[in-house]
Amino acid sequence: MRRLFIANRGEIAVRIIRTAKEMGIATVVGVSEADVDSLAAHIADEHALLGPAPAPASYLNQDAVVAAALEHGCDALHPGYGFLSENAAFAAKVAEAGLIWVGPAAEAIGMMGNKAQARDAARRAGVPILKGTDGPLRPEDDALEIAREIGYPLVVKASAGGGGRGIRFVHHEAELLSTIEMARGEAGAVFGDPTVYLERFVEFARHVEVQILGDGKDFIHLGDRDCSMQRRSQKVIEEAPAPDLPDVVRRTIRESSVELARQCGYSGAGTVEFLYDPIRQEAAFIEMNTRIQVEHPITEQITSVDLVREQLLIAYEGAMSLMQEDVAFTGHAIECRINAEDPEKNFFPSPGRIARLAWPEGSGVRVDSGVGEGSVVTPFYDSMLAKLVVHASDRPGGIEATLQALQNTRIEGVKTTIPMHSTLLSRPEFADVAHHSKFIENMPDLLEAP
Amino acid sequence: MGNVISPLPGIFYRKPGPGKDPFVEVGDAVESGQTVGIVEIMKQFTEVQSDVAGVVESFEVEDGAMVNPGDTLVVVREGQA
Repeated sequence: MRRLFIANRGEIAVRIIRTAKEMGIATVVGVSEADVDSLAAHIADEHALLGPAPAPASYLNQDAVVAAALEHGCDALHPGYGFLSENAAFAAKVAEAGLIWVGPAAEAIGMMGNKAQARDAARRAGVPILKGTDGPLRPEDDALEIAREIGYPLVVKASAGGGGRGIRFVHHEAELLSTIEMARGEAGAVFGDPTVYLERFVEFARHVEVQILGDGKDFIHLGDRDCSMQRRSQKVIEEAPAPDLPDVVRRTIRESSVELARQCGYSGAGTVEFLYDPIRQEAAFIEMNTRIQVEHPITEQITSVDLVREQLLIAYEGAMSLMQEDVAFTGHAIECRINAEDPEKNFFPSPGRIARLAWPEGSGVRVDSGVGEGSVVTPFYDSMLAKLVVHASDRPGGIEATLQALQNTRIEGVKTTIPMHSTLLSRPEFADVAHHSKFIENMPDLLEAP
Repeated sequence: MGNVISPLPGIFYRKPGPGKDPFVEVGDAVESGQTVGIVEIMKQFTEVQSDVAGVVESFEVEDGAMVNPGDTLVVVREGQA
């Protein structure tokens, strides 16, 4: 008997349920009181109440999640993305409860969650890393000498940091030592770990990443993606493959990402993220995410591989269904994250009831959605409603088809980011791949209401 | 009395983060413009400030409770402590 507990909500819960159903696996989705009537709760075979609406009382309550999975007779648990998906202690707790954890081992999650350890593992696997300290900056190191070697500007990063926290910029040698001291003090106070390291700062970088799969024995990649179009460090548009990468860079990041997975004996789906400097034509490791990602559908569209199915096969059978030579790439895919936010009010969240809803249709169009007509968008969780994914034979065709699909989307009752996507996809900088991860912030007029 | 009103819907928090001390407690003196709580809506956080200087008289909603725009969050007794 196979019965999968989905410890997540919204579109990713719906996405996991869809593949589980196709594989003949029964599904139980854990829901908060606010999500009892959600699309995911409706389409799952069963739903289990985890607790009140605020995430710490429900989706982040580890004991409640494990207890619900056991009570409902599940033998496996898929964490989706966000919430507890990259929590090593939770992964261990799930395994201790006798449930199959759909993801890599707790040790792999823990290692990649520590930036200095992850960077060290990447270096050993031959993954290109940003010029910087190899591992933590030790108190006895000559920081001035090391920094001269790296060059300015550079960043001091807390090993235990993440999500943009625990980072300080250094522009001149004179401020280096005091900044390091301050960063150590802060990291100790905030993260409980004073370890810091130094890294070169790249001002106009693109964000590229490689999708990998491993089952502990074999390790493959499913190509690359570009997620450079970001607003406040949140990805808004993603595409696959990453456009305009020199062949040698593309080959290097793909092959070294596979090598990193091999070195860790990785089991599951993962993403190795890189910062790409178009001026130096160099890619450098940022971090590895040990889960399925929001933007996984664009990889699925260009490879015809169902990544959630592979995750489940790896977890249940211990083996993925394909080898590297089975992976073929076709065309170009673009994903727009459609959020319930008001572009005219500086993208302020727009909760409410979706009064009318019509998704675009047509060949190459895929919508991964967590809502339906009549759904209530609650203020408790992130604002992503759905992902519009378009697959076309080439990139210009993909941009055009995505603009058309956005025009054919109707969402009434809540404000959405659809106008932002139309603006961004129409920009010549996007067509020319002249955008970068600070593009939106550097053009403050770009998203203003007409 | 000066009431601190929620400008938006969301979840009211008395602390800047899990494991942190509350911004203010009942009986504390507050300045005008001082942050007394946070309202979270869809993972965006908005600080809520007292409009007046005075002493915190009471909290009208619990930590982690759902609030609507116009709800009174905190009652501040104007004037010196």
